[in-house]
Amino acid sequence: MSDNQQIKKLLNSDYKLGFETLVESDTFPKGLDENVIKAISKKKDEPEWLLDFRLKAYKKWQKMEEPSWANLNYPEIDYQDIAYFSAPKKALDSLDEVDPEILKTYEKLGIPLEEQKLLAGVKGVAVDAVFDSVSVKTTYQEELEELGVIFCSVSEAANKHPELLKKYLASVVPVTDNYFTALNSAVFTDGSFVYIPPNVRCPMELSTYFRINALDTGQFERTIIIADKGSYVSYNEGCSAPSRDERQLHAAVVELVALDDAQIKYSTIQNWYPGDETGKGGILNFVTKRGICKGDNSKISWTQVETGSSLTWKYPSCILKGKNSVGEFYSVAISSRAQQADTGSKMIHIGENTKSTIISKGISAMHGVNAYRGLVKVAKSAKNARNISECDSLLIGNGCKAHTYPYHEIRNSSSNIEHEATTSKISDEQLFYLNQRGISEEDAIAMIVNGFCKEVLKELPMEFAAEAKELLSISLEGSVG
Amino acid sequence: MLDIKDLKVNINDKEILKGLDLKINPGEIHVLMGQNGAGKSTLVKTLSAHFDCEVTDGDIDYKGKDLLELDVSERANEGIFMSFQNPVEVPGVNNSYFLRTAINEKRKYNGQEELDTMEFLKLSKTQLAKFDIDKKLMKRDLNDGFSGGEKKRNELMQLLLLQPELIMLDEIDSGLDVDAIKTVATVVNDMLQEDKNRSLLMITHYDRLLSLIKPDFVHILKDGKIVKTGDYNLALELDSKGYEGIGINDEIN
Repeated sequence: MSDNQQIKKLLNSDYKLGFETLVESDTFPKGLDENVIKAISKKKDEPEWLLDFRLKAYKKWQKMEEPSWANLNYPEIDYQDIAYFSAPKKALDSLDEVDPEILKTYEKLGIPLEEQKLLAGVKGVAVDAVFDSVSVKTTYQEELEELGVIFCSVSEAANKHPELLKKYLASVVPVTDNYFTALNSAVFTDGSFVYIPPNVRCPMELSTYFRINALDTGQFERTIIIADKGSYVSYNEGCSAPSRDERQLHAAVVELVALDDAQIKYSTIQNWYPGDETGKGGILNFVTKRGICKGDNSKISWTQVETGSSLTWKYPSCILKGKNSVGEFYSVAISSRAQQADTGSKMIHIGENTKSTIISKGISAMHGVNAYRGLVKVAKSAKNARNISECDSLLIGNGCKAHTYPYHEIRNSSSNIEHEATTSKISDEQLFYLNQRGISEEDAIAMIVNGFCKEVLKELPMEFAAEAKELLSISLEGSVG
Repeated sequence: MLDIKDLKVNINDKEILKGLDLKINPGEIHVLMGQNGAGKSTLVKTLSAHFDCEVTDGDIDYKGKDLLELDVSERANEGIFMSFQNPVEVPGVNNSYFLRTAINEKRKYNGQEELDTMEFLKLSKTQLAKFDIDKKLMKRDLNDGFSGGEKKRNELMQLLLLQPELIMLDEIDSGLDVDAIKTVATVVNDMLQEDKNRSLLMITHYDRLLSLIKPDFVHILKDGKIVKTGDYNLALELDSKGYEGIGINDEIN
């Protein structure tokens, strides 16, 4: 096969999760006003205080202005042209009653909804499956409850654990933090609520898998994870959506709280539909993720592999309040085709002897644009703060771009801050060398990219590392043209 | 094995090979000599399908197949190996992992079972021990931070593990000391002994390597064509008399 034919074949390979599930859904008509919010709250059977919370947030949102400072290019979002709720019609009390089409979807995606009969010693993964605006199923809930671990949907938490939810909702990300958090606070649909009691090491990976399916809807998930004193949890967020011509908005809020000696590991493998080569369709991913290391000796790590979504705008951050607390951010972000990413992290040092690490690997291919934006802020009170930031860009081909915007605000002179940045290109010579040893073009790029991302990939929980690697190579198919 | 007819190749729109003919049978050792710019490297690069080389005319038959129809990795998997004058560095890619992948790609292509990590380790240990090549090179990233000599040794390692049928060495002796050249010769001769159908196409300026790997045919290239062919004696003659002395001068034809 000649070179041109091969490249054409690669370019035509599709986003493999772009299939649509045909189920009967209850979808609200498009538009947003107080009645829509009241209807969402009613659909979810929410207590009065939560509806109140939403309505207050909505009022605030109406007074705010959409930000425009990011290195992103996108057509104006018409907030009235979105449906704010969609759920499959069939009852969701037991897995038997879930629409079989939905079960087939998760099977196709490889997400285990049945608690598997596992071999002794093999850990399972507890899954909360969210389909459009509702949680379809949460597995292993009883086993976890025995240890006092709460893993349920936010809707369920509103009714079963109101005190906990009330205490921590919007405690890390205030409603008016930004335009999209205000919107999310008003119309959030579902997400996971996790609470790990003191001194418990959560025995299995907790995972929420978000699937946007319905047309013209937005997804506004809200996730809250609380690790009480001395506890540990590793949580993974996965997502995908069908390929469509229209763009869809995904504005999520994730709040993490780690108390004394607690540790939260949060991994994301984001595989939203990236849009086609011209930028048509694809998910607009505007997310606010923040963790607070409230307690002394606490630790929060964010690990993300971003390969999909048309536009990515997110800065998973850590507020390092507790003494000796540690914040980490490991990221691989790919912008290929016509994707744009403006992503990075904020590490805010407040307590003494705090430490943060940022390792960001950006890969741009075809006409992708990748911007790293990071903030390291050291308050006056943060004695002895240490930070290491490494942001590397890899360019594949000649049409892509990479930008770096590091910000440092240091108010304490005893701090030690290091920043390194590199930019490299996969050269034709490198590819030819690997080719001449029998390795195909695609595999050669995958090898080089994997080598580039090694530091980040090894932070992923084993269960998800293989998926991430595969995603990376699939996302880069057809990049050399 | 290899039959090149009337090959014309451009680099950056300049014609370098102007109708070259060459035939290499299984088991033969051929050497290309000639002044700089004659087209020696271009020929070898063209046979590997290097992106700089644009074939404008001619045919290349390799083991009964039309070589021009095959891409770089396909040609490699068909048994063509080219050693690089200046092997490029590929940081982040572990050398051992790279070699295992290359071996397995060839095995896959030829319908053979792939090697797992243990089998690969065994294979590499035996081959490396035979020729006293430093195992430590396996643990590092591909050519990353390697000295010139280490890079050439890494080329040898790949040669040993990939077991190609047509070995093309482009000035592998440049920058090597006496001992290193001996090692190259030992490795190559051993491989040629082991498989009598294996062929070698070498480019070199220096007599030392030729005295250790005695060629069957010596070709002198000038202006993109082979102008003189002989056996090892031709190389010796060239060494003592120079290009003018053997009748190859700068006359423009």
